[in-house]
Amino acid sequence: MTRARAGLAFALVASLALPTGAAAQTSDAADLRWAGDPEGGAPFVEADPANPEQVVGFDVEIAALIARGVNRVPRFVTITFTSIDQSIARGDADIGLSGIEDTPARRATLAVTVPYYEFREVLTVRTGDAGQLRTLADLRGRRVGTLSGTIAYEILLRAADQYGVTAVSYDDDVHPYSDLLIGRVDAVLLDHVLAERRQRTMAGITTQPETVAVGHYVGVLAARDAPLRDTIDEVLRRAMRDGSLERIFRKWNVWNEDQPKLYEKLLAGEPVSSAVSDAPAGPVTLTGWEAARRYFPSLLRASSITLVLSCLAMGLAVVLGALIATGRVYGARPLRILLVGYVELVRGTPLLLQLFVLYYGIAAAIQLPAFAAALLGLALNYAAYESEIYRSALEAVPVGQLEAGRTLGLTESQVLRLIRGPQALRLALAPMTNDFIALLKDSSLVSVLTVLELTKQTQIFATNLGSWVIPGTLCAGIYLAMSLPLSVVARRLERRLRDGA
Amino acid sequence: MTASVLRVDNVRLNRGERWVLDGVSLAADRGELVAILGQSGSGKTTLLRAIAGLEPFTSGQIAVDDVTLESGLPSAGTRRALCRKVGMVFQFHCLFEHMSALDNICLAPVHAYGVAAGDAERRARELMQGFGVEHRSAALPRQLSGGEAQRVAIARALAVDPPVLLMDEPTASLDAARRAELGGLMRSLVAEGRTLVVATHDEDFARACATRLVGLEGGRVVHRTRQ
Repeated sequence: MTRARAGLAFALVASLALPTGAAAQTSDAADLRWAGDPEGGAPFVEADPANPEQVVGFDVEIAALIARGVNRVPRFVTITFTSIDQSIARGDADIGLSGIEDTPARRATLAVTVPYYEFREVLTVRTGDAGQLRTLADLRGRRVGTLSGTIAYEILLRAADQYGVTAVSYDDDVHPYSDLLIGRVDAVLLDHVLAERRQRTMAGITTQPETVAVGHYVGVLAARDAPLRDTIDEVLRRAMRDGSLERIFRKWNVWNEDQPKLYEKLLAGEPVSSAVSDAPAGPVTLTGWEAARRYFPSLLRASSITLVLSCLAMGLAVVLGALIATGRVYGARPLRILLVGYVELVRGTPLLLQLFVLYYGIAAAIQLPAFAAALLGLALNYAAYESEIYRSALEAVPVGQLEAGRTLGLTESQVLRLIRGPQALRLALAPMTNDFIALLKDSSLVSVLTVLELTKQTQIFATNLGSWVIPGTLCAGIYLAMSLPLSVVARRLERRLRDGA
Repeated sequence: MTASVLRVDNVRLNRGERWVLDGVSLAADRGELVAILGQSGSGKTTLLRAIAGLEPFTSGQIAVDDVTLESGLPSAGTRRALCRKVGMVFQFHCLFEHMSALDNICLAPVHAYGVAAGDAERRARELMQGFGVEHRSAALPRQLSGGEAQRVAIARALAVDPPVLLMDEPTASLDAARRAELGGLMRSLVAEGRTLVVATHDEDFARACATRLVGLEGGRVVHRTRQ
């Protein structure tokens, strides 16, 4: 597994090809395109601090080792961690190597190499809690963070049933620990490589010595590349025997006693037990219908979060937007400048960034709960867009209408409330509906704040299942079921307003 | 001669270098119909707008009954007082698009002057009946014909019973028969003691209805006639 900040849930593949430092320079050899996510950072794959155009890490060196073994030149391809499986399956790269976990779902859909590293899932807690919070059982009723789409997340979901733990999923491996420090979660479950790395740089957290589970890092290839995988397995076994793997892991400070034991078993042809091998057979074996039936209720639950969040955010955005628009049309110059500044700032920066700032950026000063930060982020962002719609609608009301109101003795605020506002509303209604539908879908971005909404839940199931087909179809269906009635209602409302009360 | 209900004294109004009104004076008594004649751009609409308090002027004075407008922006109190004295019928009527004819007429009495909704509606229906448009009370402005819309606009302006009614180009979009009807309606308003100030370029109509003709050209009064 790795530590990628997935960013967008359906993140697209960036195919930025970087040459690796260790590239063999045989000009006539074919490329071995290998996929990883430099956002995961050291010791896996990270941009070289000395030369950010290059990547370094143990996965980079293993890729070079494999490429040498198959007589190819390694070419790095940047792919968002959560998309590596799909990218490999569609052929964007030959092999994925980015601290990828060995899971039943992967084995069912991809060609997986022999494990090259054994890791332990460990709990990290605040140092003050280290005495009483040692195991998952100690965390009853508490929030435990981890990366989504990982074995650790699966373990937490099971612990939710077993111990009443609340699983909080993150898209990166930094914020679980920073949220642990400020008390948003009470523990973090992740692999020891990550936990140790974080503990070196962060004061006040303690990693418990107990092993919650054991897992392995593997390389993944497309199922059709099974022959290449077999060759790569040979290369890896050779590297286990001749100590090349040990040298790499020692260099990156992650070598321990578990590895020689793992290599011994592998070389002797014994099966290695993985973290989830003792778990009930994964949903991978489910048929499409079974999977749909099993996942649909939780998707519906997640969609209620999406719906509630979107409705509240839109309500708030409408009120704020109307206030901003009124200020821009009627306000004094300094107020107008201030409001234009707000609108341009919000429109000109990504919503994702704004959400990060609201939830993580200002956490030192104000700790907003995830849902509140999500609601506020969406509302503040959409208020800027709404205000532009209302402002242009207000300005589109003919001046004669306003003057007629004034000559009749109405005050400016009455003119606004009784004449200008109602007329502007009809003009604004169509773009408002449009925005509401857009907001419904943009609400998927709040999963970066650990809010488990529809898209995130879908992504979790897709990882679980090793396929997007069924979860994706269900997800699309639910979004449509929410947005289509909205369009119909809006069209009706528009017609009614047009034809008169 | 009765005291003038409307007095415009030496009003000047400029837009940049150009004097749109250049020392205009006129007076009108109760029950008079003053026609302001002139070509497009002569300043007649601007003069009406200045009297209605919509157009701040540069110098001079306008008095309607006991309300006096000085140059510059009128205060909120002055504007409010003025609105009870002056009704305005715009060339394109400017009925509120989102309300029925009846609501257009009731809006100001209810919201600006606190008249009870029932009383306002009774008065509105009386006015509409008087103007022959009571059957259109539920119609939206865009469902009205030009003549109907004009009558609703007149009713709206008269809903708070102002002594002075301003009308901008009232015959612009009327055929001969409608024009004659409008003339009759205006004469009946004058007969009630109301003062009408009508900006028009329709000289025949003006001569047929008005008690006073004021010719405007380039923002100056070029002729005055009493008839």
